[in-house]
Amino acid sequence: MNKTDQGSVTSGRPEAIKAVPVRHPGRWAGVAVIAVLAAMLLHTLIYNPAFMWDVVWQTMQDRTVLHGIWVTIELTVLSMVIGVVGGVLLAVMRLSGNAVLSGTAWFYIWIFRGTPLLVQLVFWNNIGYLWPKLSIGIPFGPSFFSEDANTLVPVFTAALLGLALNEAAYMAEIVRAGVQSVDEGQTEAAHALGMSKAATMRRIVLPQAMRVIIPPTGNETISMLKNSSLVQVIALVELFTAGHDIYARTFQTVPVLIAVSIYYLLMTSVMTVGQYYIERHYARGANRTLPPTPIQRLRALLGGSSARKPAAVTDEGSQA
Amino acid sequence: MTDLTKAPVAVDDRPMVKAEGVHKSYGQVEVLKGIDLEVKQSEVFCLVGPSGSGKSTFLRCINHLEKINAGRLYVDGELVGYQQRGDRLYELKDREVALKRRDIGMVFQRFNLFPHMTALENVIEAPVQVKKENRAAAKERAMALLERVGLSDKARNYPTQLSGGQQQRVAIARALAMQPKLMLFDEPTSALDPELVGEVLDVMRGLAEEGMTMIVVTHEMGFAREVGDALVFMDGGVVVESGHPREVLTNPQHERTRAFLSKVL
Repeated sequence: MNKTDQGSVTSGRPEAIKAVPVRHPGRWAGVAVIAVLAAMLLHTLIYNPAFMWDVVWQTMQDRTVLHGIWVTIELTVLSMVIGVVGGVLLAVMRLSGNAVLSGTAWFYIWIFRGTPLLVQLVFWNNIGYLWPKLSIGIPFGPSFFSEDANTLVPVFTAALLGLALNEAAYMAEIVRAGVQSVDEGQTEAAHALGMSKAATMRRIVLPQAMRVIIPPTGNETISMLKNSSLVQVIALVELFTAGHDIYARTFQTVPVLIAVSIYYLLMTSVMTVGQYYIERHYARGANRTLPPTPIQRLRALLGGSSARKPAAVTDEGSQA
Repeated sequence: MTDLTKAPVAVDDRPMVKAEGVHKSYGQVEVLKGIDLEVKQSEVFCLVGPSGSGKSTFLRCINHLEKINAGRLYVDGELVGYQQRGDRLYELKDREVALKRRDIGMVFQRFNLFPHMTALENVIEAPVQVKKENRAAAKERAMALLERVGLSDKARNYPTQLSGGQQQRVAIARALAMQPKLMLFDEPTSALDPELVGEVLDVMRGLAEEGMTMIVVTHEMGFAREVGDALVFMDGGVVVESGHPREVLTNPQHERTRAFLSKVL
């Protein structure tokens, strides 16, 4: 018995399978259709004079447009920072056992998510109508500092308020979902070790919630970059408004919009890459091995065996 | 007793845990219907019983993860979760509850390791964050603890890279890092593959030999018989029978105990 078994193993390793692969005629038909469409697109991009590529190129170098990019980035970054901080705060309030705190957070979200962003922007720009003077002091008592609302809230501040306060409402719900996605056992284990509620949130729950929070936050950031163009209604010159001002003058609407869109696309592309790395960072411990970075993947593709393995966490530190 | 070189600590007469008529209910459902028991210092105290009997709930009351509704529960002579002044009870602040939890280690059925931290980081987290221990010193102690549970070579691994038995041993090391005077084990081997149960029980046995006071909710009757000093059989939120494990397990007095043991032994 034993002998025959062994014999069959050594002599009888079956031949490797060489089969005819399944054909996919449908896919090839699809490729053909797309190829034709792509060729048509390329043709019109090159030979249709209405695209006015020289105007596109000129617009991309226009100084107000370049300055507009800067304003767009400023608005996006500041609004997101305020929005995320405010969102975490609102989420913690919303999840609090105190009914007044959670009710307040609920009310805030109800207002800011329930009215159009456009309306909120115009509102903040007209804050002087409601309160011509803003002052700091004792409620219902004397004030120590008073300033004209229109001086205190210039257009940029109004735009920032509108975008950031609205964003905080959305971020609050994203953060809340993230916090609730973390297993309750984690909180229990932290509490059992004597960790305070705040430390548990900061050290244990939020880092794990990040895996759920990051992808929608990336979406929000990209939306913010584009939604910042809404501030055109309060005449703040950012990227889109800069373009708009040009084509309002020259009537070369499409070439200018193409130029502006190229910049928006460039910026969202950079953000997408950033998001990938942030997600990878917070995947620690969730995956056995981290996914390779695009650079590592490229190396693997080019260098074959010399490429680095995915950054798996190994036992190398055991001598510590 | 007569040794005068030792501080006059009441090692023998003050119980580590004392429960007097402990009641706990969730809404209408009464889970604990008056638990009275005493856990002595350095004792391995086993809680057994069918699921839903309230043994895990009782364990969670001891470090105030659950609030009791009636009765009194003392750890090391101090009331759990409350302070008595005169004949009034005052709820403890979160901070004070946290302070008391430092001295009570807990090991969970589902390990509950922090997945975003390595084994080593899991062990040093509480000493560094809660006790504000020096990081390097905490690390050194943590490595010694990991060594003790046989996992010094896994210090840099994340929990997902460890087997269930290894994770549970890290969880024990994490609890020990706070140098507790009492350890609570909530079915520590129930989520493990059968071949991994032994390695966790070995660590627990070692702890018992060193004199750690342990309350163990378990289905491992072999462990209870071999290591346990006392055993309580709970069913339906009450203590049905208690005594030395060997006696209760070999010669149960109550019908319910007999019925349960016939199923698990």
